[in-house]
Amino acid sequence: MTEAATEAATTSTESMRILIIEDDREAASYLVKALKEAGHVADHTADGEAGLHAAETRDYDVLIVDRMLPKLDGLSVIAQLRGAGKLTPVLILSALGQVDDRVKGLRAGGDDYLSKPFAISELLARIEVLGRRRGSKDVETSYRVGDLELDRLSHEVRRAGKPVVLQPREYRLLEYLMKHANQVVTRTMLLENVWDYHFDPQTNVIDVHISRLRSKIERDFATPILHTVRGAGYIMRAED
Amino acid sequence: MERFRSLMRMTAVRLSAVYFLLFAVCAVVLVVYVTATASTIVEDQSRAAISEELADLAGVYQQSGIVGLVRMIDRRARQPGASLYLVTDASGRIIAGNVESLQAGVLDDAGPTPDAFSYERYSDEQGQRYHLAIAEVVSLPNGMRVLVGRDQSEQVRFRGVVQSALILALALMGVAALIAWFFVGRSALKRLDGVTGASARILSGDLSERLPVTGAGDEFDRLSDNLNTLLARISLLQEGLQQVSDNIAHDLRTPLTRLRTRAEGALSAPPNAGEAREVMEQMIAECDQMIRTFDALLMISRVEAGSDQVLKSEIELAAIAADVVDLYEPLAEDANAELVLEAPASLHVYASRELIAQALSNLVDNALKYATNTEQKTRIVVRLSKSEGIWSLGVSDDGPGIPAEKRDRVLERFYRLDQSRSMPGSGLGLSLVQAIARVHGGKLVLEDAGPGLAVRLEVPRDERVTGERGDG
Repeated sequence: MTEAATEAATTSTESMRILIIEDDREAASYLVKALKEAGHVADHTADGEAGLHAAETRDYDVLIVDRMLPKLDGLSVIAQLRGAGKLTPVLILSALGQVDDRVKGLRAGGDDYLSKPFAISELLARIEVLGRRRGSKDVETSYRVGDLELDRLSHEVRRAGKPVVLQPREYRLLEYLMKHANQVVTRTMLLENVWDYHFDPQTNVIDVHISRLRSKIERDFATPILHTVRGAGYIMRAED
Repeated sequence: MERFRSLMRMTAVRLSAVYFLLFAVCAVVLVVYVTATASTIVEDQSRAAISEELADLAGVYQQSGIVGLVRMIDRRARQPGASLYLVTDASGRIIAGNVESLQAGVLDDAGPTPDAFSYERYSDEQGQRYHLAIAEVVSLPNGMRVLVGRDQSEQVRFRGVVQSALILALALMGVAALIAWFFVGRSALKRLDGVTGASARILSGDLSERLPVTGAGDEFDRLSDNLNTLLARISLLQEGLQQVSDNIAHDLRTPLTRLRTRAEGALSAPPNAGEAREVMEQMIAECDQMIRTFDALLMISRVEAGSDQVLKSEIELAAIAADVVDLYEPLAEDANAELVLEAPASLHVYASRELIAQALSNLVDNALKYATNTEQKTRIVVRLSKSEGIWSLGVSDDGPGIPAEKRDRVLERFYRLDQSRSMPGSGLGLSLVQAIARVHGGKLVLEDAGPGLAVRLEVPRDERVTGERGDG
């Protein structure tokens, strides 16, 4: 298991029940193993019909659905599930990783989209975010991580009571990181959610933005708060 | 027989056959109609002449009685080429005239004979004894009957002449049509055989083969010309494909070989935990780079596959450019470069936000990678402009630039300049930008920025964008 997964596992305060609907048995068993190591409970079905049945009858926190499935394809599974009123968050897996496919997947009722092949750390990070979505932080007016505070109404950021001046983009980056505090956030997630880009910009542009942000919120303070998770991404976490 | 069948399968031959049949039917109808009309006209003339003569004879009868009438008929009957004359008594015995015998029943009813009848003349020189005639019969108060008629042989002959002339003409035309048919069909068949042969050779794999063109400029030549153009396009595409697959093979072989060597090295000299981890990370990084290459290739072919694959909408270009500049700004600063945006306040275009952002991001990324250096500050300008019917989005730098002769080549997939081979990158970035320009109906222009390189997407403006005119 990679360090990222272990890290993600240690940050989860609760374990999640996850259903994997995937016909590639090897990939599925690898996923189940990785999810279990990350502290979750994972079930697996190999076709769309069985998957739909399982998702309808049992209570899961997150579904991982492959797009191409025997008997019933992934998008139909999601559509039927949504039609039946089940709002379980769905992560779509697909070998077709292009923009329009992603849009189609999200339109069908998926909540997130990951194209194969993917890093397991990316999947774990996204699962965490999806699973925690129920207790949404969208309605909260301020976020707090350790001594760092972010006021979503006045857009003011303070650390240990001292104001931190941020550029608008830095503010949005920090807001996203703090919203998902104690969860691993990958570079791709930041690019998608803060910049709304779904392509790979080759160079690691995100790292530079993070280091800017980090210098602003950590420079004058003794304790680090924005940590790099090797091979995975970043995590906002107060040192205990 | 086989040749005939294949002739019959040809459209030209089938059409001429159909026309020939149609012509024959019309000709037959014409012959029948012309001869029938001609007969009718001649018969009507004869009947009129007969009536006139009868009226004449009626005058003689009133003036000179039976004797005068018989004498007059007798005299007329003897003249050369005379009409038919016959006078009988009440019992039917012939009294005067030039008719020796008559088809039975002709004299029974007074008035014009309904049909032609046959008769026999006195002193018939020709061997033919029986003739056809039409006549009118008048019965006198004392039971005598007078018949005046006209011979119809002339008319039969006339009808025959008309008929044979028409048939001869028809036959000549038929033969001519058959000959023309044969030659047209044969030459068409021969040329089609040429085309079929050439296309069979092309199908068997020889893409350099071309369809024969005679230079006559006819429809066969036009067809061959078009197909030849198509073939040229296909072979060009095939060459491109060939080159790309060679490149893929090469570009993926290299990292795969590295990957294999690393794994093998780690296996032969078992490393300690820390080293093993490092090797694994390198291998994952190598895999990620290959995945990137594949993704980029897939993306290019998706974009090239056509505009229906791409979601376009009305977007505001200045904001998109500002976002990309914002994304790369810190990176530019680290790379000792100044990233400047020159754009109108707003510019609405009909395009794919995602693809345009990606194209611009690729261009900025390229400029940061290849135009920057540590000694001197590089100025990179993202320029957005519109002119009549076109909007353009360009990135220019004052770096080393690309030599003019290499500017086309850098648009090829996997092509990389020698000096940039050591840099990370797949050689697909500009190919993707070009594909994005094309899917928007535009093109990618590379120019000398003197010094440096200017790359520009030029895209025709879409009518659908209503807000375009009002923008700055």
